[in-house]
Amino acid sequence: MNFDDTPQEAAFRTEARQWIAANAPKQYEAELSKSSLGRISLKKDDIVDVGKAWQKKKAEGGWACLHWPKEYGGRGATPIEKVIWQQEEGVYGKLTQPFQIGEGMCGPTVMAFGSEEHKRHYLPKLASGEQIWCQLFSEPAGGSDVAGLRTRAEKQGDNWIVNGQKIWTSGAHYSDYGLLITRTDPNVPKHKGLTMFFLDMKSKGVEVRPIKQANGMQEFNEVYFTDVVIPDSQRLGNVGDGWNVSLTTLMNERMSIGSRLATGFPEMFEFCSSLMTEDGPAIEDRATRSKLASWAVKASGLKYTSYRAVSALSKGERPGPENSIGKLVAGVMLQDIAAYAMDLQGAAGALTGAAEEEAAGQFQQMLLGAPSMRIAGGTDEILRNIIAERVLGLPGDIRVDKDVPFNKIPTRGR
Amino acid sequence: MNFDFSDEQKQMRDEARKFLAEKCPPKAVRAVLDGNASYDKDLWKGLAEMGFLGVAIPEEFGGAGAGHLELCVIAEEMGRALAPVPFSSTVYLAAEAILLAGSAAQKKKWLPAIASGEAIGTLALFEGKGNPSPEAIKLAASGGMLNGVKKPVPDGAIADFAVVAARTGSTGRDSDISLFLVDLKAGGVEARALTNLDPSRGQAELTFRNCKAEPLGAAGEGWSVLSQVFDRAAVLMAFEQVGGADRALEMGRDYALDRIAFGRPIGSFQAVKHMLADMYVSATLARSNCYYGAWALSTNASELPEAAAAARISATQAFQHCAKNNIQVHGGMGFTWEFDCHMYYRRANATALGLGSLSYWEDQLIDRMRKRNAA
Repeated sequence: MNFDDTPQEAAFRTEARQWIAANAPKQYEAELSKSSLGRISLKKDDIVDVGKAWQKKKAEGGWACLHWPKEYGGRGATPIEKVIWQQEEGVYGKLTQPFQIGEGMCGPTVMAFGSEEHKRHYLPKLASGEQIWCQLFSEPAGGSDVAGLRTRAEKQGDNWIVNGQKIWTSGAHYSDYGLLITRTDPNVPKHKGLTMFFLDMKSKGVEVRPIKQANGMQEFNEVYFTDVVIPDSQRLGNVGDGWNVSLTTLMNERMSIGSRLATGFPEMFEFCSSLMTEDGPAIEDRATRSKLASWAVKASGLKYTSYRAVSALSKGERPGPENSIGKLVAGVMLQDIAAYAMDLQGAAGALTGAAEEEAAGQFQQMLLGAPSMRIAGGTDEILRNIIAERVLGLPGDIRVDKDVPFNKIPTRGR
Repeated sequence: MNFDFSDEQKQMRDEARKFLAEKCPPKAVRAVLDGNASYDKDLWKGLAEMGFLGVAIPEEFGGAGAGHLELCVIAEEMGRALAPVPFSSTVYLAAEAILLAGSAAQKKKWLPAIASGEAIGTLALFEGKGNPSPEAIKLAASGGMLNGVKKPVPDGAIADFAVVAARTGSTGRDSDISLFLVDLKAGGVEARALTNLDPSRGQAELTFRNCKAEPLGAAGEGWSVLSQVFDRAAVLMAFEQVGGADRALEMGRDYALDRIAFGRPIGSFQAVKHMLADMYVSATLARSNCYYGAWALSTNASELPEAAAAARISATQAFQHCAKNNIQVHGGMGFTWEFDCHMYYRRANATALGLGSLSYWEDQLIDRMRKRNAA
């Protein structure tokens, strides 16, 4: 048992570290280190522009989309090399946020189902950040139940005509292409009538509207489709096979091993260490210590769980299922920590003006943003189902809509 | 990075699991639980023959000289099987104290006897209510004689010798405490078995009356040695707890697959599934914290105090959580003496207290984290 690199890993790390030292946009380092917990913004420059420049530089140096084949813009690196790169990229990794959905989900789907021509045309531009991709899956009627989606695609000659609405699309407003799952046959059970496409987000009839979120910010979009024309050549997989294609997309989400989930714990420990209450330093209070200790072992438990996965990758093995716990643990923690940080401040904890805020208001922001952590990318409930069914082997729930034609499924509860 | 046990260590775990499945089935635990024996003597002998009692004891003292990572994998299996033997008191407490502080002669006398299963050892620290602290130690040592009462002492009624924490000064400092080795069969000590939450592991009261004792380690160093012993034992006990948590989770999962209610396996209901998923989360977090503890223990890293506290807290929480909800998944049958669920519930709650309670270790962890941050 040790934390050391193998000689090959150490050589790769040195090479990555040297390249980053010579090429990273150091003028943003301080600002990037400070912005945490999903709030990434730069004072003077647009984060997407800065991100694109960094991604382009990485692509030129052969450091973009490391685990992709070279001919598609990657490096052909091993999974452990990708993890090492992420560790070395450090705060600059925050600049890659606009490209993560493309690299992690859209790209791999095109790689698995696109034509060779498509792959050579689109993937290198995706890898270099020249073109950004988004993922158009969720709908108002299909969140956790994504196969309940209603956006229609109807065949017309060599084209498909798309009508409907997607929601919670990250980055749609700056994306060039989108991976789109549609319903092409409502007369068969819901999983069987789906088909996957990709489309140019500037196509006629595509309208992107930002969503004002519960926390007042705008990070997601609604995307409306009105008689949008998609050539059949942009179909990924067979007609009616969209569900299987989407599983490939979602499986690739697991590549996120090694990227750290925000739990709020380091910020909270620092806060409690410095906060004075009427009874003395917060960290000397018994109740506070008990809570901190419980959060501490969750945070360290997550850290060492990811180390176990990295070790498996290092040995060329597939990581076990234990990484499925990450977001489930981190989301609840973030919310609980934020609420307790405010509790410690008493009535003043409710104030969010710059002059009154303790710890630069990060806990107030965390509290308001935390609900999304427990919903986006799989709700806590869906994640528990996944652990119960795929890890523990428990039976699936009884599904009343499984064998019913999609257009016979009720659409209202009452 | 290789943050995992080696293939040889995993093989040892498989061997221990196989051995315990055969020699320590639930009915063997019940025999002790029901009061038919004070511990499982055949199992103890078998563990010695397998080399498990001396796995971390150097070869020159009759052990296998393998190391603490090996001891961790065995501890996990002992916890999984609820082994009704004085393993933790003898191996994690007494043997570790002697390894840390014993003279060559003391090591030579006791360690081979531990490895061969001839001597059961324990640590006599507590004197009634409360968590480990030098102030709570009143038992007095003077002129090589001990006078006072210790309770609870794990496996105290069956132990052959004890490491005893005694007061040798009254300055109010940690250096008031010294350790002694006492041959419990040599007279001067009266042992009385105490009833406790988990009768498959005994607890006792030891009364020392002008009892002869030899010093273990330097005078005034007792508390410092004890702190180290406790950190080391915390990691090892945490592995037992993780083993128990995993088994309780499996029992709940298996029952949820088999039990039909409302015309379907209860494991298909989300209320049950989510309970089991949460148990998996606790057990996984605890296991990962334990791995870090194992690394720190086996390398004697400066991170050990913090790693041990984290492993202890996480594993205590996981075992309590899994044992409690295993009963809940079983419903009414889980509350019968006949089903094994209560044996895990008892063990989970008893082991949560034995080395100091959860709140004690929470305090320790925060103190240690602050110390590191200040450094």
